[in-house]
Amino acid sequence: MTKLFEVPLYPYKRSADQDAPTPIRHPVVVIGAGPVGLAMAIDLAQADIPVVVLDENDKVSVGSRAICFSKRTLEIFDRLGCGDEMVNKGVVWNVGKVFFGDRQVYDFNLLPEEGHKRPAFINLQQYYCELYLVERIRALQAEGKPIEIRGGNKVVNLVEQEDHTIVTIETVDGAYNLDAEWLIACDGAASPARRLLDKDFVGRVFEDNFLITDVIMKADFPTERWFWFDPPFNKDQSALLHKQPDGVWRIDLQLGWDIDKEEEKKPENVIPRLKQMLGDDVEFDLEWVSIYTFQCRRMETFRHGRVIFAGDSAHQVSPFGARGANSGFQDVDNLGWKLKLVLTGEAPETLLDSYVFERELGADENILQSSRSTDFITPKSEISRIFRDAVLDLSEHYEFARPLVNSGRLSVPSVYDGSPLNGPDVDTLPVFTRPGSPIVDAPLGNSWLLETLEGDFVLLGIGVDVPDGVELQGVTVKGITVPKAEINPFLQARYLNEADQAVYLIRPDQHVAARWTEFDMDNIETAMNIVLGKGGQGQ
Amino acid sequence: MTTATTKPNLDQPDAFYADLLTAHEGLTKEESDAFNARLILLMANQIGDRKVLNQLLEAAGSK
Ligand SMILES: Cc1cc2nc3c(=O)[nH]c(=O)nc-3n(C[C@H](O)[C@H](O)[C@H](O)COP(=O)(O)OP(=O)(O)OC[C@H]3O[C@@H](n4cnc5c(N)ncnc54)[C@H](O)[C@@H]3O)c2cc1C
Repeated sequence: MTKLFEVPLYPYKRSADQDAPTPIRHPVVVIGAGPVGLAMAIDLAQADIPVVVLDENDKVSVGSRAICFSKRTLEIFDRLGCGDEMVNKGVVWNVGKVFFGDRQVYDFNLLPEEGHKRPAFINLQQYYCELYLVERIRALQAEGKPIEIRGGNKVVNLVEQEDHTIVTIETVDGAYNLDAEWLIACDGAASPARRLLDKDFVGRVFEDNFLITDVIMKADFPTERWFWFDPPFNKDQSALLHKQPDGVWRIDLQLGWDIDKEEEKKPENVIPRLKQMLGDDVEFDLEWVSIYTFQCRRMETFRHGRVIFAGDSAHQVSPFGARGANSGFQDVDNLGWKLKLVLTGEAPETLLDSYVFERELGADENILQSSRSTDFITPKSEISRIFRDAVLDLSEHYEFARPLVNSGRLSVPSVYDGSPLNGPDVDTLPVFTRPGSPIVDAPLGNSWLLETLEGDFVLLGIGVDVPDGVELQGVTVKGITVPKAEINPFLQARYLNEADQAVYLIRPDQHVAARWTEFDMDNIETAMNIVLGKGGQGQ
Repeated sequence: MTTATTKPNLDQPDAFYADLLTAHEGLTKEESDAFNARLILLMANQIGDRKVLNQLLEAAGSK
C-alpha cells in the first residue's frame, strides 16, 4: 500500500513568476509547508491577504512526528475551517497507566470537562494534520481565495531590503527571485532562513534523543496511554506508548544524548526492546523508525524587520507535553490578524512587536515546562533521583503524590499577562478569563461561544446590551449580546463569577483584550486603541 | 495558618525524636534517604500552603 507520506501532494509546477522579467512582489511569502506554514497561509488567505507558500518538498511529513493536538489547536483549526476533519479522524483516549521500573504504579481516567465543543486533545499523525490543511487550502483556492502553494521550491538565499526581502528560489527549472513584503519563516528547527540571515538560536537548556517508532499491531490492543519511568527495557530513561488512528501505535523511547543513532535505529535493536515493552506474544509491524534529536532553545527575538519566525524555526522544545506543533499553531493564531491589520493599514507596524512579546512569553513557558518534565523524567543529580523515586513510590499508594508525577504537561494556551495589548480588567471577574487569556469555550444557545466569535474583533455583552456592530478606530467590531435569560451556568462560572453582567472585548485570535462590568463606549474605544498597538496605556 | 512557625509546636518532642530514629532503624543509608524523601513529600502535602512551604525551605537553608 502506498503510504500517505509517499504521495506528492503539491508537486512542482512552473509559475508565471519564473518567467517575469523582474521579480514579482508579494505581500506575504511563507517558507515551509509544515503544519505551521500551512496554517499561517490559511489564516491570511481567509482574511483575503494574498499569500504564497514555498516548500522544497511536495509531500506531507514522513512518519507520525507530532501526534497530540491540544484543545486550543483544535479550536484554531475550527477557525481555519478544518477542525471537523481533524477531530473525526483523531483518536480520543481517557485511560492512562504509569509504570515505574517493572511495575504499574497507578492508572487514571481523564474525564472530559463539560461545556466545551472540543476534547482536551486528540491523537493524530502529523501527516494527517498536514493533509487536512492542504485540503483546506485547495478548498480556499476553489473559492477564489488568494493562496498558492509551490512544491519543489527551495529557498536558497535571502537579501533584506528596507521594505521587502529578495527571496531566491531554486527549482528543477533553475532559480528565480521573488520580492516578499513580509516573509514568514516556518521552515522548521533547522531553519535555512535563520541561517541565511545569520540569526542566533540560543538557549540549549538541554538536549536529548528519542527513538520514535510507529507500530502496527496485528491484534487488538487497548486505546490507552502508557508511560514508563526507568523501565527494565530502557534503564534510566522513559518510554511512551500512544494510540493513533488506523491501528497505528506510537512508541517513544528516550535515549539520552550520547548514543550511536545508526545503531539504535536498526530493527534488530529496536524489535527486542519493543517486545519487552509490549509482551512477547504481541505481534506487530514497524511502519516507521526515526531518531528525533532536539535541543531546547529559542531565537533571541522572533522578528527581524520584515522577516518573522514562527513554529520550530523560532523555538524548539522536548516532545513531553506535545508543545512543538501546538505552540506553533498559537504563533500562527497570534500573528495572522496582526499582520493583516498592518498590511491593510488599519494598525501600525508596531502591533507586530506584540507578537514578539506574546509568543516569546509562550516559548519561555514551554521551555520552562519542558525543563521541569525533563528534570523529573531524567533526574540530573542523586538527590533529584531520590525525590523522583519517592514521588513514584508514593503514587502507588497515595493519591496526593500523583499530581507531582510529571511525564509532560500537556500544552495549554498561554495567557499573555503583561502584554502591551491588554486593557482594563475587573478583578472580581473570573481570573482565568482575565485580559490576555484565551477565551474559554462555553455553550451558547444551540452553538458554542468560540464558534460564534469566529475570527473577528468581538464585543461580548453578557447580561448587558452591546451594539450589533461598530466601527472603532477604523476597524469593524462585531457585537454579541447574551441576554440575562440565556446566561447558562458555564457562562456564569467562566465569565461572571458573582457578577450579573460583564462586557468583554475579544481579539481575533480569541484572546481577551479587556473587560468591564458596565458598557461604556469611551472605555471600549480606549481599549481598542491599545489592542491595535496605537499606543495608550496598557494595564 | 499562613506563616511557618519556628516556635516550639511539637507534641512531646523527645518522643517524636525517638520515633523518627526508630523509623530509620535497620535501614541502609540509601533506604534512609528514600524514607526521608517520602516523609518530606508527605509532610509537604500535609502543609499544602506554598507560602508556608517556601518559608520552611528558607528556614532549613539558613541553619
Ligand atoms: C522525527 C520527529 C519526531 C517528532 N515528534 C514530535 C512529537 O512527538 N511531539 C511533538 O509535539 N513534536 C514532535 N516533533 C516536532 C514537530 O514535528 C514540529 O514541532 C512541527 O513539525 C513544527 O512544525 P513547523 O511547521 O514549524 O516545521 P516543520 O514541520 O519542520 O516544517 C518545515 C517545512 O519547511 C520546509 N523547508 C525547510 N527548508 C526549506 C527551504 N530551504 N525552502 C523551502 N522549504 C523549506 C520543509 O520541507 C518543511 O516542510 C517531531 C519532529 C520530528 C522531526
